[in-house]
Amino acid sequence: MTAMLEIRNLTKTFPTHSAFGRPTGEVKAVADVSFAIEKGQVYGLAGESGSGKSTIARMIMGLTRPTAGAILIDGQDIAGQIGTRAHGRRVQMVFQNPGASLNPRRTVAQSIAVPLVAHGFDRAEQPRRIADLLDMVQLPKSFAQRYPHELSGGQKQRVAIARALAVAPKLLVLDEPTSALDVSVQARVMDLLTDLGRALDLTFLFISHDLSLMRNFAQKVGILYLGQIVETGPTAEVFMRPEHDYTRLLLASVPVISTEEEAMRPIIPLIDGEIPTAEKLLALRGQATGKVTP
Amino acid sequence: MSALLSVRDLSVDFTTYGQTHQVLHSVSLDVPAHAQIALVGESGSGKTVTMKAIMGLLRQPPAHIRSGQIIYDGRDLLTLADSERVALRGTAMSMVFQDPMSSLNPVFTIADQMSTILKYADRRLGRSRSARDRMVRVHEVLSQVRMRDPERVSASYPIMLSGGMRQRVLIAMALLSEPALLIADEPGTALDVTTQAQILRLLKDLVTQRGLALLMITHNLGVVRETSSYVYVMNRGRVVEQAETATLFSSPQSDYTKSLIAAVPRLTGGTHYGTVMP
Repeated sequence: MTAMLEIRNLTKTFPTHSAFGRPTGEVKAVADVSFAIEKGQVYGLAGESGSGKSTIARMIMGLTRPTAGAILIDGQDIAGQIGTRAHGRRVQMVFQNPGASLNPRRTVAQSIAVPLVAHGFDRAEQPRRIADLLDMVQLPKSFAQRYPHELSGGQKQRVAIARALAVAPKLLVLDEPTSALDVSVQARVMDLLTDLGRALDLTFLFISHDLSLMRNFAQKVGILYLGQIVETGPTAEVFMRPEHDYTRLLLASVPVISTEEEAMRPIIPLIDGEIPTAEKLLALRGQATGKVTP
Repeated sequence: MSALLSVRDLSVDFTTYGQTHQVLHSVSLDVPAHAQIALVGESGSGKTVTMKAIMGLLRQPPAHIRSGQIIYDGRDLLTLADSERVALRGTAMSMVFQDPMSSLNPVFTIADQMSTILKYADRRLGRSRSARDRMVRVHEVLSQVRMRDPERVSASYPIMLSGGMRQRVLIAMALLSEPALLIADEPGTALDVTTQAQILRLLKDLVTQRGLALLMITHNLGVVRETSSYVYVMNRGRVVEQAETATLFSSPQSDYTKSLIAAVPRLTGGTHYGTVMP
């Protein structure tokens, strides 16, 4: 069975400059990352700022060119397809901040129509398609004529989801889709994404820093640290028996609300009376990068 | 009962575009000395307005304090003259702000900013100390927030520090004139989860070691559980529930609190999604 998304040895380096623009070297934002997502599955990429998770998303979307490695969607290498309709039909993205990713001067219908026009969708059919999409994300049809400022954060994110689904992609990249939302709104948006995933047979790459959310949404998870996947496996297993110290530190840092969760958090040795930084902890254990369990 | 800070039946209106909306409905809460209290709510619940009213940071208009009292150490802050009010701010009660980048001035060093704060705090308290003594105090407070190299940090500009270091600087600033009450507005939310854990632990240690009272304002129930012993839950401008923190999680009473707790994804899996509020 071919995977819906396969990432092979993906690497991205960015040149670094001095204050005067003189090249000083390069930084590896993503270093030899490989993983695959089976059809209909949710794969979670968890990591903190600077871990490279957004760079990976950008490379899949064709917004950034990889330095090395390959990205295969449904068995086909996307190199050479970047910017084509074919690529856009396979994968779409939902961004973090719906307030910024929707054009304030476009109505909901106009925003959703953008991908339809770009992909040459029959104009006469558009209103019906837009109505269907709004229905899918559980918004009233009357919302089509509203502007983003008339919508709540959760409603805006539903519009962004509708727009991403407009051309019926099979793969959705979700980059922190609920981090700007209240927790009760987050729950409803996640419910919606779960339902849509089932109904439309979607595959998700779910990028988040929220491990609790990941535990409930992703079947498999990859923990990113400084551009590398330090641990990967079924989410439940990785969370129950984290092997890499960075995973343990991440899990230990999550604020939780029950004793059961508390019991699950690994105990991290304090250094100088405080929770160590990842750098310190890994240096202490002599473990710069870890074992990758496939 | 005498709390260090006591908010009594506080009601606040906002007038915008000629329309008046009541945003706080008779909010009451107590922060006893040395206690760790949390105020939790989602956006629009009124937690920030409450905090601003306490600190005297509400701009009036558009805000209007319709009724109520804010009693600090036996005095109603709302009846104090502006000058008396200002004298308390940063000295008796201090704030730790949320966003460490926008709360620091990018063109002054940490030492400049901290010694200026100290100078004015001293003046309000009718004290004075030399510039050298101020620097001694600045370094002392920076080491209290576990900065290993206070001299280097104080000579830095904000941009030279990481997010976690900046948040520590903000905590140090709040501690400068030894307040009895610390009001923390979502500290660490802008930071990575490991850094946030460090900041919360630091705050907790400081508060217990120095016997401060803490009012933690947050939207995160996990933060509530880890930093407070008593909690007030706000929704739509009202305190809908108050309880010992452990009791709130073991037997929430109001429907709102129940639904809020149910909406939190669990590290153990098995969310209660689907039973969430309408």
